[in-house]
Order: sequence, then structure tokens, then C-alpha cells
Amino acid sequence: MADKVLMKGNEAIAEAAIIAGCRHYFGYPITPQTEVAAYMAKKMPKIGGCFLQAESEIAAINMVYGVSSTGKRVMTSSSSPGISLKGEGLSYLAGSDLPALVVNVQRGGPGLGGIQPSQSDYFQATRGGGHGDYHMIVLAPASVQEMAELTVKGFDLADKYRMTSMILADGTMGQMMEPVSLDFDIKPQPEKPWATTGTKMEREHNIVNSLSLVPEELEMLNMKRYDRYKIVEENETMYEEYMVDDADIVIAAFGIAARVSKNAVNEARKQGIKVGLIRPITLWPFPKAPFEKAAEHAKAFISVELSMGQMIEDVKLATNCKRPVTLCNRVGGMIPSPEQVLKAIIDVNNGGVK
Amino acid sequence: MAVVFDKPHALIDVPLHYCPGCTHGIIHRLVAEVIDELGIEGKTIGIAPVGCSVMAYNYFNCDMIEAAHGRAPAVATGVKRADPENHIVFTYQGDGDLASIGMAETVHAAARNENITVIFINNAIYGMTGGQMAPTSLPGQVTQTSPYGRDPKHCGYPIKVCEMLSELEGPEYLERVTVNNVKNIRAAKKAIKKAFQNQIDGKGFSLVEVVSSCPTNWGMTPQAALKWIDEKMLPYYPLGVYKDRSAEKEAE
Amino acid sequence: MSTKQFLFSGFGGQGILFAGKFLAYKGLIEDKQVSWLPSYGPEMRGGTASCSVIVSDEPVGSPIVSNPDMLIAMNLPSLDKYENAVVPGGVIFADSTLIERKVNRDDVTVYYIPATRLASENGTPTLANMIIIGKVLKVLGDFEENAVRAALGKVISAKHADMLEVNLKAMQLGADYE
Repeated sequence: MADKVLMKGNEAIAEAAIIAGCRHYFGYPITPQTEVAAYMAKKMPKIGGCFLQAESEIAAINMVYGVSSTGKRVMTSSSSPGISLKGEGLSYLAGSDLPALVVNVQRGGPGLGGIQPSQSDYFQATRGGGHGDYHMIVLAPASVQEMAELTVKGFDLADKYRMTSMILADGTMGQMMEPVSLDFDIKPQPEKPWATTGTKMEREHNIVNSLSLVPEELEMLNMKRYDRYKIVEENETMYEEYMVDDADIVIAAFGIAARVSKNAVNEARKQGIKVGLIRPITLWPFPKAPFEKAAEHAKAFISVELSMGQMIEDVKLATNCKRPVTLCNRVGGMIPSPEQVLKAIIDVNNGGVK
Repeated sequence: MAVVFDKPHALIDVPLHYCPGCTHGIIHRLVAEVIDELGIEGKTIGIAPVGCSVMAYNYFNCDMIEAAHGRAPAVATGVKRADPENHIVFTYQGDGDLASIGMAETVHAAARNENITVIFINNAIYGMTGGQMAPTSLPGQVTQTSPYGRDPKHCGYPIKVCEMLSELEGPEYLERVTVNNVKNIRAAKKAIKKAFQNQIDGKGFSLVEVVSSCPTNWGMTPQAALKWIDEKMLPYYPLGVYKDRSAEKEAE
Repeated sequence: MSTKQFLFSGFGGQGILFAGKFLAYKGLIEDKQVSWLPSYGPEMRGGTASCSVIVSDEPVGSPIVSNPDMLIAMNLPSLDKYENAVVPGGVIFADSTLIERKVNRDDVTVYYIPATRLASENGTPTLANMIIIGKVLKVLGDFEENAVRAALGKVISAKHADMLEVNLKAMQLGADYE
């Protein structure tokens, strides 16, 4: 195994992207993800890659659209307000079935909001982010190591399914340093016969396009896209379970909220409360199966989030509302403390919270 | 038998969807002829806009990409940067696309001297949506959204794109042409060819503004529309080279 | 030691983040699990800077240190803000050049080190942070020169390699301060 190095989450994403063969990055400065751009600005010129600071988030995502059309790996990164601007491009990428990696290091909103960590873009990410029927593969890292691993994975999945992979992180994940191993098994990139790289006068012209004015045809395109999404749901769902098997109470949490929750689970277990944690790693596709299974023995669920309660809806859907699901949250850049989560566990255990 | 007239290879042999008398067909043909003459079809990637020419991807034989409204220069930037040596990239954009919703992308691509070719169709109106006011609609011009004539006091003045961009250090070449008669069409082709040749030579951002007609939404016959170009459009949008950095350098 | 949680706090520019990073790297080299989480945003420019560092034998849960085992307070606002957050039985290191008051609690161990003055006298006015870190390692019984050198080598870029000895000397100064 290669030596571990200490890296910021944002830097780990950038380095992992380069290792995954990404040579094109377009972005616009915004806290707390700017380190991704800074890292790329430093590295790309030295390895024959292209870093370009775009005039806006909108331009950046459209530059991504351009490179992706040519079949090359490409990415952009931003934080919440910037992702809203990219929403248009995300929809076009989906409509044109183009692969891309987009990173959202979330901060508190709405509007300009703040710059401290948040998970309040969950709806935006898991429901697509722009107009129209579509999904992105949404990956939620909970460590700097996962920031790197899921970046590599994100490129692979994007290419495989011709979709956008979004890394949905938060300010903590972006800013913190942890040891990282960058020893990845890099798979060869798939052929992209659809790419617009010039016909070389050897084939029919390729068209990258999301326009379809005949309703019957557009309907068919949407149906076929959702057939593909179904395969993603069946094959690519990822999650981590922690002490769920015998749990009376199951916490749902991702990213930094899962890290905090794990502390609380350990403490609660010491106090004799049977509590476990399901940590979705893919937020779309959402890991329904472990929740369904847990609902057979758990008497209650707690969704721990840095939002006013967004993932909680998916937890309720996954458990068919068979068990009560309560919310334990902080917002606006605040992070729940392990003590707050522990209190929520104790309250639910005592039946004090419905 | 000597062939005196043929369809350019770079243009696919399908009926165009444009209105009778629209000049898009002429400009498509000029672009295709230039692509043929320069022998670059196999390495050319065109970017279609949102607007009347949204379906240009069905007409050009080279690889084509349909971009979001106004974003063609950004998409073109990506395509060009993906393989600067082997990609010849052009955008084909109308006035609403290039000078309204996509103005930032236009200005910044020009400022970066992005090595792409931009064909800018200025017909002073939104055609595809049925004749609304464009950023280049003339003062007093009646459109669906300026039914009493464009009032600059209310909604400002038309934007002269070539003049504006010529103030930037970045762009290599800016020329305004029109296609309302044979002489002007020949001049337009020369400009378009230069705009592509500049890219081949690595000179940078080259934009050709083509003053065009929209008989349907101007509410005129095709002939009257071509005359209206001479009488109304050209006084406001004078033809000419607004920037030619290489020529300026040589002159020094 | 299974898990030690450190909170470094002071003015931006005092090398708060650097000191934390050094400690994290030292843990990493010694095969510990570590995390380093800085405060970020406008407060980096001249305001309060802080960072959470966790060094543990087990995987680190939350990287946020709310109740440190060891607080390194390099200015008065930092002591005011975090004094009561330290766990009972914990340790506070205070730069007594910049913090004139005493720690109010009697359930923690306190080391007052005039780090800013020592740094000045030593001709290295920017290394008050490392003077305190020297003391931290001494108190932890962990001041082993080779390990310290190795960790410094990780946080000091090759371009400034000459700074390694200077940093080491500053740390020694702190370690020796009684």
C-alpha cells in the first residue's frame, strides 16, 4: 500500500480526479470548496491538463458539457449557491446523456446563506438539481479517504451509465485533513463512440443533443433513461451499516452527520441502548433495502441531518412509514453534537418523542 | 459535364426548416462551403444555439453539439480545450442567444481570445419564439414585446456587438457582413473563411456578425426585408472590419 | 492513550493551523488515526483562528472537538471562549505574554508559557506556536527528537528546509520552559 498522506478533503478530490484521468477542470471560486480549483490550477498545467477559471458557474458547467461531448473525463466543483447556477447545465448534461463529475461542498442556505457546513442541498441533489425528469448519481463521502475514493468511483459510474456523478460533501469534509491513501485500482475508460471528436470523414456525424420536439420520441427517451436508472438502482447502491443487526433504534445519517452519529451510537451502546446507524453512501440511488430490513426489528428511526429534514422523507419512504422517524438536526452552518444525537436517542428510547 | 453548382459536402442534403426568404440557408451554405474548401469537415465540431438555428445539428455534416441558450461559447471552449490541436470548433448563434442571455459567455470567450470561430446572426428579432424584441432590435422597431416600437428610454438601446468587443484586448478578428445581395454574400463568405483560417492558424477568437433578415417576423416580403437591411439595419450596424489584430500588427 | 482531542486557538497569523497540522502529522507518522479540522472563512484574516485535532488509536468519529483534552490558547479571546469547554482533568496551555489573567478552573492543569516573549527573545517572533507545541509534547511525554524532526519534515516545505532546525529549537525552548 502506498504511504498515507494528510490531505484536505477538497485536495483529495482534486488529486483523485487527476489519478482517475481527469485532465479538464472548470470552476469559479466559492467558499468552502476553492481548494479544489487552487489544486487544479497548480497541477493541471504540469501534466498537460487544462484548468480554466470560468466567468461564471454557468459557463463552467457548459465548458464541462463541451469537454464531456468529446468523451474526455471532466469535472467542476462548487458550493451550494454555485450549484444552483449549474442547475441548467446539470439538466442539459442529463438530457444529452453526458458523463461528468460535479462536486458540491455544501454551505448553509438559502440564498447567499453562510459559508459553514450544511447538508441542505439534499433535495436539490437527489432530485436532479435542474428541470425535467432525471437523476444524478449522488455520492456522500464521510471521510477524506472517501472524498478521494468516491471521486474515482464517480468518474467510473458516470462513464458507465452516461450520467452526472455528484459528490455531495459539506464544508467540514472539504476543509478537514485526514490520512489518505491514493492507491487506486484505475479501470480503463470505456469507449465512447457517441463522442463528438470530428468524423475524420470516416463515419456519420455524431450529435450531442437534448432537444426532441416530437412528444412520442421524447417520452421514449425519458423511458429509456429511466430503464438505465433502474439498473443503477439495482447495481450501484452503497451504504454502511453500523451495529444495526440487533438495533431497537436506527439512525440514518450521511457525511459529517454520520461521523457525529457514530460517536453517539457508541456512547448509547455503553449506556445499554441498542442503537445502530445506516449511513447511505449513495444518496441517489437511496439504499432502501437496509432500511426496509431494519424496520422489521427497529422500533424507531432518527434522521440526523444538517438540514430542516430532507433525507428524512426518503427514510420514511424506504420504511413505508412503518415506524416513527424523528429528526435530529442543526442548520445554517451548525453541526449537531454527539451529545445532541445521544439525547435524541435517549428521548426516543424513552418513548418521549413521537 | 462540368458541374457549375453543387451542394457543399459539409451540408447534409435535407430540407431546412427555415421560413421562406430567411437568410439562415445562405449563411449555412457559406459556412459549409468554407468547411469544404479548407478541408476541415472531419475535424470540425459545430455548436448549435437555442433559437431559429437550434436544429443546425441536423444540417451540418460535421459532428454537432446542441448547447443551452447562450452557452455555446462556453461549450465551444470545452470542446476546443479538450483537443486544441485536432478540433476546429465553431458556434452558430443568433442575437438573443449571443447578445442577450449569453453575453457573458460571448464577452469572456472573446476576452480569452478563445481559439474558436463564432458565426453571429443578427436579425434584430427573436424568430423562434415568434418575433419578440431582441437586444439588437432597432429603436422604434415594432415587435411582439415592443408593440409600440422599441423605446430606448424604457428598455435601452440595441447592442452593437462588434463595436463593443473591439474594445477588448482579447479578440483576434471581428467583422460585420450581410447577405442581402450577391456582392455582400461574397464578402460574407470571405470573412467567414478568414474566421476559420484564423482558428487553423491558431490566431484566436474570430467573430463574424452577419446582418440578416427575418421576413416572417418583420412582417415583410423577402425582397422588402433585404431592402430593410440596407435602409434600416446597416445605418445602425455599419459593415466592416472592427478588429483584425494580425493585420494591425503587419501594418505597424 | 486511546484518543486525545486538541483544540488550538488564537489570532490568525499565529500559526494555529500549522501547529495543529504538525501534531496531526506526528500522529500519522506514529500510525495513529488522526483528523485536523480548521475554522474557515473571514475569521482567518486577523480574527480568531482555531483548529480541532484528534489523535487516536481508533478510527476518528466526529472530527469536531467541542470538549478538548488539551486546549492551546494563544490569546485572551480564545481562553475566554474555550476555558469551560475543556474536559475535567484536562490541560490548558496559555500564552502568558498575551493572556494576563489566570485560568479560573481548578479541575484542570494549566501551563502558562510566555511563548510570544520567548519567541521574540529567541529571534524567531513567528514561532510562539512551536514553543507551545514543544511544551505540549513534553507534557505528553512525547518529545522525541527524531519523531519531531520527521513530522516537521512533513509540514515544512522543501523550499523552506532551513526552517526545520529553527522550528526544532523553538520547540526545545518550550519543552525546557518551567
